[in-house]
Amino acid sequence: MTGIATNDVPARRRLPLLQEAGSALAIAVIGAIGYYLFPDDLAFLTRLIGISFLVLSLDLVTGYCGIATLGHAAQFGVAAYAAGIACVRGVTDPLALLAIGIFAGTLMGLISGALIARFRGLPQLVLSIAVGQLVAALANKLQWLTGGSDGLSGITPGKVFGIYNFDMYSRTAYLFSLAILIIVFVALTRFVRSPFGLMCRAIKDDDLRAKMIGVAVYPRLVLMYGVSGAVAGVGGALTAMSTGVVGLDGVAFERSAEVLVMLVLGGAGHLWGALAGTIIFMIFEHIVAAANPFHWMTLVGLLLILIVVFAPKGLIEPALSLARRLTKGRAS
Amino acid sequence: MTALLEARNISRSFGGLRVTDDVSFTLGAGDRVALIGPNGAGKTTLVNLITGDIAPSAGQFLISGEEINGLSIPERVQRGLVRTFQTTRLFQNLTVADNVALAIMQRRRISKRFFSVSTERPDVRAEWSEILANLGLDRLAYRKVVELAYGQQRLIELAIGLALRPKVLLLDEPAAGVPHDEAPKILDAINQLPADIAVLMIEHDMDLVFKFATRVLVLAAGRLIFEGSPKDVTADHEVRRAYLGSYADARRVP
Repeated sequence: MTGIATNDVPARRRLPLLQEAGSALAIAVIGAIGYYLFPDDLAFLTRLIGISFLVLSLDLVTGYCGIATLGHAAQFGVAAYAAGIACVRGVTDPLALLAIGIFAGTLMGLISGALIARFRGLPQLVLSIAVGQLVAALANKLQWLTGGSDGLSGITPGKVFGIYNFDMYSRTAYLFSLAILIIVFVALTRFVRSPFGLMCRAIKDDDLRAKMIGVAVYPRLVLMYGVSGAVAGVGGALTAMSTGVVGLDGVAFERSAEVLVMLVLGGAGHLWGALAGTIIFMIFEHIVAAANPFHWMTLVGLLLILIVVFAPKGLIEPALSLARRLTKGRAS
Repeated sequence: MTALLEARNISRSFGGLRVTDDVSFTLGAGDRVALIGPNGAGKTTLVNLITGDIAPSAGQFLISGEEINGLSIPERVQRGLVRTFQTTRLFQNLTVADNVALAIMQRRRISKRFFSVSTERPDVRAEWSEILANLGLDRLAYRKVVELAYGQQRLIELAIGLALRPKVLLLDEPAAGVPHDEAPKILDAINQLPADIAVLMIEHDMDLVFKFATRVLVLAAGRLIFEGSPKDVTADHEVRRAYLGSYADARRVP
């Protein structure tokens, strides 16, 4: 075997951690814009960040593994309830509540994954809906624990690091959520390029081929579901803390469907696609719902049709290729 | 010495149809065996049986003397049983380098890592770049598979097979659909395989069979009807009938 030939492959030299640092900076800048330009809308923006964790989480299983699911709110909702219940019963430290949410989300993710990843195609989709509905039904029935249809209220978390109070202008909640988003997003940026993440994309492309290189596909998908549940759990716990209530809408089918729409809108299989989809969908909804409370769903529907027709792979693909063309033009 | 791969009285039926009928053979270290037979003889089914994609109705497979009937597809791969596909099955949306690197990392059991960036690890990179260079694919390392010509994709199938360092390599028509001027590259690659592994190749192109095989198995209607050297196979009466039978019958029609 020749040793000289190895030099033929052009090396891809990149600064280590460049992508991670870039992501962190970009989110911090966008977050700062939100903080300084829309100080009256911080409660809404905090909710947006909470949901973005769920969309990122969905991206991990749908965008990276090709698993079709319409029950993903279960992970988010269970974590929100877990953090909410713990808070009502005396655990008030925000970081502890976050940890509880992550734990509950991971557990729910592993359970969902163990059921859903067994199947492919339509049976998988139906099963994901069933899991989602089961969780929603339980949340409704276990009234003594969850508050049922009245919701779980009175969640008053303590100070962040014992210093910053959750204020009524949501400043603390917003900055706390933003900081967590940066940490999670940077970790995911690395995770999706790791051998594990790459193998998930390979499984999405062709699972029989993956088996034929010796990969036990099912356990990997379940594990990915666990990671996805942890990310959703962060969002659930943060939302419970920042809004002070957990309602049935957090586990509802509509929530699952909505986040799938956001993901497709932004572009599945890209972390930035998930984030962009959440931001665009929720801001559009927020503005249109305020301007026209009766017909806002019609307008959201129209926007979706337009995007699916003109950018079927989501908005991030055309945005990325435009960015590439611009940087190339500058280089030449 | 025990055989690397042994098939003992393998049968498989789909409904009432016996697609594999009491097939037995062994592959030893260094064997270069061609599996030929008319269309529909059950060649690909036999490969699918060996890899564990479908289960036999009767009979056993052994790798290095160990029975593997109860093992899943990945467990068989981990024991050195590797195949390529008749129609390429690659990770189409990943780069060529990623396709090969994943196989390398899987073999070395480092494919479950969460936070290291994968394909550019120096040791992994050295290995895939050498494999790709030997197959003349080095310039395409960072191209997505979906963008490549079919002949190049066939070579990537081989590259993945090599990256897994098999003991037994099953090649399902490695040159099918490859443009004529590129076919020699495939044969070159096959000739460069490590000498001590066993290779079973399904192939229609008799030129390729003669250049490659030291032994030929002929499958017809699910049964093994011939086993012997390449030069004897064309002279064998039953083999001729299996291939030409339909033509001979056609002549008899008035």
